[in-house]
Amino acid sequence: MTVLTDDTLPATPRAVRDEMIVFAVMALLLAAVPFSGLYPFFVMQALCFALLACAFNLLIGYGGLLSFGHAMFLGTAGYCSAHALKVWALPPELGILVGIAGAFVLSIVTGYISIRRQGIYFSMITLALSQLLYFIYLQAPFTHGEDGIQGIPQGHMFGVFDLSKPTVLYYVVLVGFLAGFLLIYRIINSPFGEVLKSIRENEQRAISLGYRTDQYKFLAFVLSGTLAGFAGALKVFVAQNASLTDVHWSMSGEVVLMTLVGGLGTIFGPVVGAFAIIAMQQYLAGFGQWVTVIQGSIFVICVLTFRRGVVGEIAHYFRRSL
Amino acid sequence: MQALYAQLLVGLINGSFYALLSLGLAVIFGMLNIINFAHGALYMMGAFVAYFLLNNDYLSIGYWPALIVAPIVVGIFGMILERTMLQWLTGLDHLYGLLLTFGIALIVQGVFQNYFGSSGLPYAIPDQLKGGMNLGFMFLPVYRGWVVVFSLIVCIATWFLIEKTRLGAYLRAATENPTLVRAFGINVPRMITLTYGLGVGLAALAGVLSAPINQVRPLMGADLIIVVFAVVVIGGMGSIMGSIITGFALGVIEGLTKYFYPEASNTVVFVLMVLVLLVKPTGLTGRAA
Repeated sequence: MTVLTDDTLPATPRAVRDEMIVFAVMALLLAAVPFSGLYPFFVMQALCFALLACAFNLLIGYGGLLSFGHAMFLGTAGYCSAHALKVWALPPELGILVGIAGAFVLSIVTGYISIRRQGIYFSMITLALSQLLYFIYLQAPFTHGEDGIQGIPQGHMFGVFDLSKPTVLYYVVLVGFLAGFLLIYRIINSPFGEVLKSIRENEQRAISLGYRTDQYKFLAFVLSGTLAGFAGALKVFVAQNASLTDVHWSMSGEVVLMTLVGGLGTIFGPVVGAFAIIAMQQYLAGFGQWVTVIQGSIFVICVLTFRRGVVGEIAHYFRRSL
Repeated sequence: MQALYAQLLVGLINGSFYALLSLGLAVIFGMLNIINFAHGALYMMGAFVAYFLLNNDYLSIGYWPALIVAPIVVGIFGMILERTMLQWLTGLDHLYGLLLTFGIALIVQGVFQNYFGSSGLPYAIPDQLKGGMNLGFMFLPVYRGWVVVFSLIVCIATWFLIEKTRLGAYLRAATENPTLVRAFGINVPRMITLTYGLGVGLAALAGVLSAPINQVRPLMGADLIIVVFAVVVIGGMGSIMGSIITGFALGVIEGLTKYFYPEASNTVVFVLMVLVLLVKPTGLTGRAA
């Protein structure tokens, strides 16, 4: 597991300073979006996927575990939130919590099963589990099968913020994204994150040093799944529906693609990748299935020539960690 | 009882496809250290090649030649993929092989979807295999019986090739230690290419076999490959015979589920995978990965 990222340096004060500057620039740029004339719906959607990709990246980039079923957390949290908002008529903040709780429970169950195998088997198991869940959701009554849960009320966040106004919704989603992003950043730079990286680099040695690596990987899986669920819960307010596409394997593939394009194991890479892929889908929407072909080509090109991803290449060039 | 036997037969047929595909995955993984995500797409290509051969006005090549031609065509396509792309991944982490072949699968499936949409194209059963036999306890459509028997023969032939012949011995040796085998003067890179061609050819053969039963569709392999992954997790990739037996057994179990509890027929293989992981994490026949 050594080839993933040869550039993750230890968190020196300089590296932290650089990353904080980039983070501040990113937050300011995103905060300025409503004044820029950009279509806020597009940016909100991209933010949800960016958070999902960051959560996914926590597992692959820092734990060395390639999950090919991360859509199951996105979709499950989406269904739970949508159900809580529409059927139970809960306020938005509780609806989000229900979604996160759903993803949390799911990640404990699936993590307990999938963490038993390593490497390539782990990927196949997560893919199979998400497909299992897909078929369950296809038949379960509360998901409404092919139709999905539609027309979800957006409501008032904390009784104050009217989420049906695009600008208000945008800032709520932005705050959610930034909070999730900072939490992931904190996890990566915590002692827990350092142990995780050491397991990725050399699991045998980590075991010989006395770390119970399975517990670390399990915890990383649960954190990643739960945060992916947070992204799914936010997405419900943006899209106002929860449907089977969010659980499908092609969605899991898209998350992998976003992270790969931006840079596996980089902090800002998944965000860049998510915006790039969502923008591409937006502009190429008229080309039908050619979008799939283009996505496949990007996979091939990235793996063959561009394994560090956009941010990874930049960081490598400037010899910084980003 | 008729319905039960009919579902058992469907199970055996699905089991044949699981066996042929997981066999190819196992052989490829042994030599290339890659999980071939494109396997489902290449299975679909096999069916489409058979369809083209039959429906092209100049060729109109029927089922029997297609049974040989399609695996060769797709096998050559696979070998080109291996030479141009997969070989560059040697020495990298396993996950890059998965990502690359996933990309290839998206490209292949996307191209076919663009030209043929998502609906199925019919492929007629060859004249010699039309009709059915009355076995007393059930009615057996000849073609379906043929698929099961022929797949079984191909599986056992592959097992024989790898476990019992000199070529197979080279192959197994190169799986264990490619550098040493090269030192003995055997062209290992060429063997790797041929191995990929063989594995992919098996997938294409399964595609041709399935063309008259399931219609020819661009996404016919996309969902199948995920089930085959679960089969591989259950059986492990350590043994050829293990892959064959697990494939057929899971097909039969799926068929029985269709009869006794149809709601779970889509999910039963995945549920079994979970149970196996809980009881014996290394898989039924596999060594630790």
